[in-house]
Amino acid sequence: MTDIRYLAPTTVDEAVSAFAAATGAASILAGGTDLLVQMRSGVRKPGTIIDIKKIPALTAIEDLGGGAFRVGAAVSGAVLAEHKGFAKAWPGVLEAINLIGSKQVQGRASPGGNLCNSSPAGDSVPAMVAAGALVTIQGPNGKREIPVEAVPAGPGRTTLTPGEIVVSLTFPARPAGSSDAYLRMIPRTEMDIAVVGIGVNLTMEGGVVKAARVGLGAVAPTVLLVEAAAKALIGTKLDDAALEAAAAACRAACNPINDKRGTIVYRTKVAGVLLKRTAAIAAARAGGN
Amino acid sequence: MNDMSNKWIGTRTIRPDGADKVTGRATYSADNTMPGMIWGKILRSPHAHARIKSIDTSKAEALPGVKAIVTAKDFVDFPLDKSVMLGIQDMRWMARNVMAKEKALFHGHPVAAVAAINEQVAAEACALIAVDYEVLPHAIEIEDAIKPDAPILHDWVQHEGKPSNIAGTMVLKTGDIEKGFAEADIIVERTFTTRPVHQGYIEPHACTVSHAADGRVTIWSSSQGQFMVRAMTALLTGIPQSNIRAIPAEIGGGFGAKTIVYLEPVAVLLSKKSGRPVKIVMSRDDVQRATGPAPGSLMTVKIGAKKDGTLVAAKGEFYLQAGGLPGSPLRGPVGCSFAAYAIPNILSTGYDVVSNRSKVAAYRAPGAPHGAFAAESVLDEIAEKLGIDPLDMRVRNSAKPGDKAIYGPNFGDVTFIETVDAIRKHPHYKAPLDKNPRPGVKRGRGVASGFWYNAGGESSVQVNITEDGNVVVTTGHPDVGGSRASIANVVAELLGIEHGRVNVIIGDTQTIGFSNLTGGSRVTFASAMVATSACEKVVAQLKDRAAKIWKIEAEAVKWEDGMALPAGDNAGKFPPLSLKDLAAKANEMGGPIGNQTQLNTTGADPGFATHCVDVEVDVDLGIVRVLRYTAAQDVGRALHPGYVEGQIQGGVVQGIGWALSEEYLYDKNGKVDNATFLDYRMPVCSDVPMIEALVIEIPNSKHPQGVRGVGEAPIVPPLAAIANAVYDALGKRFTALPMSPPKVVERLEQAD
Ligand SMILES: Cc1cc2nc3c(=O)[nH]c(=O)nc-3n(C[C@H](O)[C@H](O)[C@H](O)COP(=O)(O)OP(=O)(O)OC[C@H]3O[C@@H](n4cnc5c(N)ncnc54)[C@H](O)[C@@H]3O)c2cc1C
Repeated sequence: MTDIRYLAPTTVDEAVSAFAAATGAASILAGGTDLLVQMRSGVRKPGTIIDIKKIPALTAIEDLGGGAFRVGAAVSGAVLAEHKGFAKAWPGVLEAINLIGSKQVQGRASPGGNLCNSSPAGDSVPAMVAAGALVTIQGPNGKREIPVEAVPAGPGRTTLTPGEIVVSLTFPARPAGSSDAYLRMIPRTEMDIAVVGIGVNLTMEGGVVKAARVGLGAVAPTVLLVEAAAKALIGTKLDDAALEAAAAACRAACNPINDKRGTIVYRTKVAGVLLKRTAAIAAARAGGN
Repeated sequence: MNDMSNKWIGTRTIRPDGADKVTGRATYSADNTMPGMIWGKILRSPHAHARIKSIDTSKAEALPGVKAIVTAKDFVDFPLDKSVMLGIQDMRWMARNVMAKEKALFHGHPVAAVAAINEQVAAEACALIAVDYEVLPHAIEIEDAIKPDAPILHDWVQHEGKPSNIAGTMVLKTGDIEKGFAEADIIVERTFTTRPVHQGYIEPHACTVSHAADGRVTIWSSSQGQFMVRAMTALLTGIPQSNIRAIPAEIGGGFGAKTIVYLEPVAVLLSKKSGRPVKIVMSRDDVQRATGPAPGSLMTVKIGAKKDGTLVAAKGEFYLQAGGLPGSPLRGPVGCSFAAYAIPNILSTGYDVVSNRSKVAAYRAPGAPHGAFAAESVLDEIAEKLGIDPLDMRVRNSAKPGDKAIYGPNFGDVTFIETVDAIRKHPHYKAPLDKNPRPGVKRGRGVASGFWYNAGGESSVQVNITEDGNVVVTTGHPDVGGSRASIANVVAELLGIEHGRVNVIIGDTQTIGFSNLTGGSRVTFASAMVATSACEKVVAQLKDRAAKIWKIEAEAVKWEDGMALPAGDNAGKFPPLSLKDLAAKANEMGGPIGNQTQLNTTGADPGFATHCVDVEVDVDLGIVRVLRYTAAQDVGRALHPGYVEGQIQGGVVQGIGWALSEEYLYDKNGKVDNATFLDYRMPVCSDVPMIEALVIEIPNSKHPQGVRGVGEAPIVPPLAAIANAVYDALGKRFTALPMSPPKVVERLEQAD
């Protein structure tokens, strides 16, 4: 048996320098609900584990006002669910994060881990893409900020460079009349993996869509920002024609594979169906905001 | 007996294994360890079909920490031309399934095994074993395996004089099938397919084995029969049964698949070679790849009826997958599909098809759910076309007592109509159903029935009165579904004592007499029969002792409420003697009190079930959800109602998975692509509604407690009931399972 070193730094700087020093032989541990499973199945064999949950910035939730929030990358789904302000401001993001796994998994799983695991089917990612969240990254060369959709590079791969850690996710302020929603298709009712996942973020004014963003998951190597779908919704009252145009844009954006979890034909059809349903929920919520 | 005012029989006593299970104390297969124990690991075939030209273990043997390696040549040889049967299992196939001999027949087929100081070394050693394979083309699905140019798995298998993958057939017939169809006003014929489904027990196979220097072997493992473990291990290793002690661990589910061995003979030989105790534990991946699923099927059923719904002819052709070696459960569909009905002309044929997938194993009413899916779907269609209520049609055609069953015997009691009536009268069947509750959502209701043989067989029990006047009962059947609780109820009832004074345990092969498998819905039937007989003998002994003490005739003593009382002329002459009193005086009065009873039990009449289900379909996503489910079954007498309901609910849930979501997926190389619980989709709790079990108690006249087998019949109707409900919702028949979302969407886009 090979030994594994476990480090639990208390500052981002320490974590980054330990991570960079290990030159690829280390893994970041947030909730571990992906990492530990991958280690047990032999897919990953890190020499060092760097636990980031002891770093205050990684587990903080900051209300920045006007619906803006900064959420530490390692905040667990269960902790985020208890934050009343966040639930009101970003119900779609929260429902996506809370869909991850089961009660037990929720006690550990984090949005940062979900994003960095870079599965195209990660549930929180389409919702965060729709939200227009920014990712704060810190590495040996300092800090940078990029949009969520710029993090995944392909299944299991990110654009993070060696030694870089995701510190937090910043959700922007939104005008009144805004809200969001997330839906996924799974064959079972829970404990399953998204065949298609979709996040829709809308700002409504007098029943008309003023701003929209659509994030689409599990239909391509990475989660997609579907700008054409957003365009099809903006300026409309979400009438059938607009919804159908946005659904068509989602279908057109799909580039899925046939695999054990879904066929190309099925995934493509479902992307359109879910766009309509998710947009309707987001609009109803926006009406109340 | 059969007195519904019983004090313990029919009550929901606390299960004796419950506390240990919920506190994590229960000892399952993988929980045993021994001093000096080492770890075994199985090297499995990376090919779906390959000839094994040679196996070189020298590099692995040289690895430090490796203690023993075995391959097929270390096992007893079972030549292909000489069948050796143990129950329904042919040891020629069992031996070759446990360890591949001439060929690797599926991806994951064991080809060698290593024992080493730890799992890592054992795994490294497996990687060092050089197997020279000649990779052959493979066939997985039935359709591919029966094609004229299919790759042939076994050159010794012939069908109709030609090399074939059809390894056997079974035919049952009655009447004149052609004449029958000629008399029919309506004939419906359809072809159906179902996919193999795994039993899905939570506990993977595991064992710990010690082969001592004196040649005596101890096996700790969970199974559905420690005697089966002993017998198969003896046959495959050549060690006499008297030298093998198989100790049953608590079992985390079996559903039929733990009625055969996978690991025990391998571990015995590794232990023998190494001189050390050996433990082997399968991973979930191993379980899904290499242990028995129920077969997939390809079936054509044709049924003819008169305008009034009277069935006149039925024909079934059932192709079942056997896996890599012969032995699919043909008697399931061939014998059960039409058995509940009085049909004068029947021709029912089964084909045992080998293909490159793991050898099938028993799964609850083996083969019957398949046949019922086909036959009960066709019946539903006939009823609809004739405008007859589907339940009325079943009542009209029910088999009658004394009728000759298609599979041979004459029926005794037939309690089929009672199950249909229970559904007909139930509020569920009468409740209005809004078929279009919301845009894009449709609902439907379906019914179906099921038949299963049930079984009796060998059972042994020992009832001992302890010195302090309590009771220990030892039976020989592993408790898979609550048999200890049921037997405790029976013994407490018959001895007239508090339930808490009876402790029921499962003996090992060297401490209790032979007892057949926990399977075939037999255990409560058989063990309640021997326990009743043993208790009667113990009561006779107790009365005898009391008579001696009182110096009166034994006939002048009665046993009541756990006490001997002087009766008749002697009534009131002596103070009663309790079980405790008599136990205290046992030695003076002739020695220990107890009885061992061993019987080959008979009289297990068949089980009938009728189910009703409401489904809701999300039309755009193709998702089918079960909204409401009611399952009626004649159980004879529910010794422990909680466990009876549990059996019915469990059977239905497995049927729901089979109908809607479970299937094996293979990649192009013939490798299982979904060997995990994530992608092999069994239902989770939130996928199924509360299942209402309508427990009908019509005591079985051939059993002293009225017991009828319960565990298998409930998995027979669900596939057809759900398919019929989906038809009611969507107006389209589904003849292929599972009705998974992509397939439902695809079907909805088809024309008919
Ligand atoms: C039973 C079960 C059910 C699940 N169900 C779902 C589901 O429904 N939907 C879903 O999307 N996922 C599901 N998952 C997967 C998993 O729970 C999620 O992806 C979860 O969000 C991962 O978060 P974590 O904090 O546990 O990540 P970890 O396992 O700690 O990390 C995940 C990966 O990201 C890296 N990482 C983590 N944090 C950072 C950081 N701040 N900076 C850089 N790299 C980082 C890790 O090194 C690792 O590679 C399930 C997992 C299990 C075990």
